[in-house]
Amino acid sequence: MAQPALTGTGEALPRPDGLEGIVADWSSDQRAFKNVPWGKAMMWIFLLSDTFIFSSFLISYMTVRISTTVPWPNPSEVFGLTIGGTEVPLLLIAIMTFILISSSGTMVLAVNYGYRKDRVKTFIFLLLTAALGATFVGMQAFEWTKLIVHEGIRPWGNPMGAAQFGASFFMITGFHGTHVTFGVIFLIIIAIKVLRGDLDKQRPGFMTGRKGNYEIVETMGLYWHFVDLVWVFIFAVFYLW
Amino acid sequence: MAHAEGQHHPAAGQGHAAAGAQHHEVGQQHPLGIYFKIWGLLFVLSTASYLVDYFHFQGYLRWALILVFMLLKAGLIVAVFMHMLWERLAIVYAILVPPLLLLVLLGIGAMEADYTFFTRGEFFGSQTAAPTHGPGATGPVQHR
Repeated sequence: MAQPALTGTGEALPRPDGLEGIVADWSSDQRAFKNVPWGKAMMWIFLLSDTFIFSSFLISYMTVRISTTVPWPNPSEVFGLTIGGTEVPLLLIAIMTFILISSSGTMVLAVNYGYRKDRVKTFIFLLLTAALGATFVGMQAFEWTKLIVHEGIRPWGNPMGAAQFGASFFMITGFHGTHVTFGVIFLIIIAIKVLRGDLDKQRPGFMTGRKGNYEIVETMGLYWHFVDLVWVFIFAVFYLW
Repeated sequence: MAHAEGQHHPAAGQGHAAAGAQHHEVGQQHPLGIYFKIWGLLFVLSTASYLVDYFHFQGYLRWALILVFMLLKAGLIVAVFMHMLWERLAIVYAILVPPLLLLVLLGIGAMEADYTFFTRGEFFGSQTAAPTHGPGATGPVQHR
């Protein structure tokens, strides 16, 4: 029995521009997302669902904050740090923001060096990204400790004002921190795969029979940038409101 | 988007040349310069949004600045870091259009919350719901 010949179905087909191109892609045979690797398309769809989860959290937070008749604790003061006797508003959060943006920058470099098949540089930047992510989680742990232990903020109430503050805060930042934590774990896994040369040798991964490929670095990058993206929204609507 | 699509072809061509003979590596290969520029821009925008709080801007100015910086940052991350600028429109629209539905949820949430606030003030006669906190006054100022 002869094997059916492989044809280059992964090739990008010529298509018309604009809206006509979208219709052509979606109405064509077998796959709508041409020249988008399978893993990347699935990651995007996962991120889309995650967008809805985080948006639901942020919109419910908005709803409880608008509807409460008790004053909302001022985040600028709650999250301020006292340095050398002067109160600097939101300092910790600002540093966390810069750390997360830096990690996005190193991630983008890792993706770029991955496509150039520069094993060592990809590994270094992935590890650097993981380290920055871990720093972020560490600072978040510090922030939570400060709020829970020293300021007595609980999900059901706090001494500073509206009771809904604690529930919103722990839910939103906790869910985001969980995302960062899982991101760090997977960054380390992928960094090890890169350094071992799994992707060059196309060795299948532990969860899939698919051949290793540098595209997984980009897929990982999408997840990591999404975590940064969510933080942009949390920073704006939770900490700056 | 049409403009972005116009840029697609030269960028893809470069990527192809850089990736060499392996045709499946056409991937998202872009010059490093653009990443560093966007990275710098994100730092600037983050600093700017922090300064909004630092200098205690209030009212609509605060809101406008916060939202503009937020959307600019989000747009840059999605467009450049997540490579949406160079993807085919079929996936760009599939991913970016559905979240627009959230605006409906946002609107419903805001209306519902206004009504809840109004009824709480009306029926529980809250001590803290001062006249300035009327149902119409849902501006950002009142909660500060």
